[in-house]
Amino acid sequence: MSWTRIVAILRKEVLQIIRDPRSLLIILVIPLVQLFIFGYAVNLDVKHVPLCVYDRDATQTSQDLLKHFQATDYFNVVRVSDSYPDVVRNIDYGVCSIAVVVPPQFAEDLHSSGHASVQAILDASDSNSASIGMGYAQAIVQSYSSEIQLAWQQAQGLATGAPSVTFEPRTWFNEDLESMADLVPGVVALVMAVVGAFLTSLTIAREWERGTMEQLISTPVGKLEIQIGKLFPYFVIGIADTAICAGTAVLWFGVPFRGSWVVLFGCSMLFLLVVLSLGYFISVTAKSQLGACQMALLATFLPTFLLSGFIFPIDQMPVVVQWITAILPARYYVSILRNVFLKGTDVRLLAGDIFALAAIAAVLVALATRSFQKRLV
Amino acid sequence: MNQSVPSVVVKNLTKRFGTFVAVNDVSFETRHGEIFGFLGPNGSGKSTTIRILCGLLRPSSGQASVAGIDVARNPEAVRQRIGYMSQKFSLYNDLRVVENLEFFAGMYSVPKKEIPGRIAWALKMAGLEGRERNPTSSLAVGWKQRLALGCAVLHRPPIVFLDEPTSGVDPVSRRQFWDLIHSMVGEGVTVFVTTHYMDEAEYCNRLVLLDRGSIVAMGTPTELKNERMKGQLLMIECEPLGPALELLQAVPEVVDAAVFGSGIHAVVADAVVAAPKIRELLSAKQLHVSRIEQIAPSLEDVFVSLTATRGASTKSEAAA
Repeated sequence: MSWTRIVAILRKEVLQIIRDPRSLLIILVIPLVQLFIFGYAVNLDVKHVPLCVYDRDATQTSQDLLKHFQATDYFNVVRVSDSYPDVVRNIDYGVCSIAVVVPPQFAEDLHSSGHASVQAILDASDSNSASIGMGYAQAIVQSYSSEIQLAWQQAQGLATGAPSVTFEPRTWFNEDLESMADLVPGVVALVMAVVGAFLTSLTIAREWERGTMEQLISTPVGKLEIQIGKLFPYFVIGIADTAICAGTAVLWFGVPFRGSWVVLFGCSMLFLLVVLSLGYFISVTAKSQLGACQMALLATFLPTFLLSGFIFPIDQMPVVVQWITAILPARYYVSILRNVFLKGTDVRLLAGDIFALAAIAAVLVALATRSFQKRLV
Repeated sequence: MNQSVPSVVVKNLTKRFGTFVAVNDVSFETRHGEIFGFLGPNGSGKSTTIRILCGLLRPSSGQASVAGIDVARNPEAVRQRIGYMSQKFSLYNDLRVVENLEFFAGMYSVPKKEIPGRIAWALKMAGLEGRERNPTSSLAVGWKQRLALGCAVLHRPPIVFLDEPTSGVDPVSRRQFWDLIHSMVGEGVTVFVTTHYMDEAEYCNRLVLLDRGSIVAMGTPTELKNERMKGQLLMIECEPLGPALELLQAVPEVVDAAVFGSGIHAVVADAVVAAPKIRELLSAKQLHVSRIEQIAPSLEDVFVSLTATRGASTKSEAAA
């Protein structure tokens, strides 16, 4: 190993990055664009669900119930219908995604038999929003029900201290259930996977494509020297991108940061080692820039986006898919990041994830080193 | 380096790519401080041989040693002792001239103290003084080739491999490039060069003629011209050329005939006997012969005659 040769390659690589506007764009713009897209455009919080009401009873009681729907942030009453065909039309045209129908004799039933029903019709073409909307509607009806029970007991002169159980949820770590706080760790992983693997996927392929590799491998330079010299600049870039993403998340989006910066950067370095080696391996194998960058995107973006637990929880996936995620480095990194940002628990609890990440890193570094041969065929 | 060890020794070297034999049982040795030329058409195995000698390809069989070191066994030790210039321009176009030189000085571990001196020497040699800061992409082809040579010899290797260094270069730059090669040889460097330009082959001390992976002849240019030519050469100038060539190829005394510039070169066993017969034959067919005489063969004639007889023998083998 020669320090002089590593430095010479490193210097050349840095000069080439600086002189290539495209790579600068990828380094600086992609992280911020992704962060802002996920921060603003992707909103998994369900609020202001458009609601349509059809009051077939038209009494003081039924209006009371419907007022409860108006009074909350979770629903926006966008239409008041006067017939079933109109309700159907509103749902068909997407004017509302939920309709609440109060049946005739609602008030009468309630007063005479002490029991009445309300109908909710849901557009479940977006099943996630539909089930959340249904939950909200249930809760509102429930609370209305408790209110009238209480009023009835008081009116009857009964003791109001009847035994009852109250459910009081406290959400930890992401107190407001803000999806942004949950997404940021995933976005950091996504940015690093894409930027890291994409940039390095070009580095060897470019030399083959331009014919400079033949000259390079005719010199006494060692393959490990090439690997270190070429990957180090991208390693530094990756660390800088981590800092940009984490900084923007905390300072701009107000995502909490409860863990340790040392753990964040330590684990990010490990993850970078993984994605840079993956990109390098792809670059060595592909030998063409176009093929290499397509492969790099396919190998990093899709699995990180779909299978890392970033958006879709891993424990909800089919068992076979869960097994597949076990070899996915982003899965462990996302888990570590969530912990570092939101929970801030002891590093020792992350040992499993860190160990898995380190094992994958070791395999990929070895694979990248082995794949490169100083020979033409 | 020990002067008694030949700089390049190749024994029964063969390289196959699948079923295609690129280099077929080639053996030769080069001496110190000579220009050793590999002459042959495209696809004759010149580049493949040079790439094997630089450790870029593994031989299928046979041995190759450079500076006394077995290339297949210890390619890194060989690489420190050689300079290589590949056929395709292979410096970094997005680096400046001096940055390319600095990069290769680093690759060859030139001692730090010596780097400025070596770079200054390379710039002077390549005629690039004052253009150090220019982007490499902005240089003309001739300059690029000299810069590539400068990068390949920064570490003063005793053996230099040049793969078609002057292809695509204008005649003046070619001449300058060969002056450079001569000055390096004057300093005791062995230069191994491939070319398909016959005139360049004349600059070599010794030559190997390659055809379809095999050596067809080896020797100094003079030896090749005087001894390897089978028969004698007649230069025939006549009008029109096309029908004349067809006629000549059918004459039993003519071993081979080909158009060369404004005339026809015909290989015959005895020029004194053949010349009057040919003149008679052509005149009988109303073809005007303005000149017919024996000439000294050029390397091109030798090459064509050697590859033609080889082609004929393979043809007869196939027929048999």
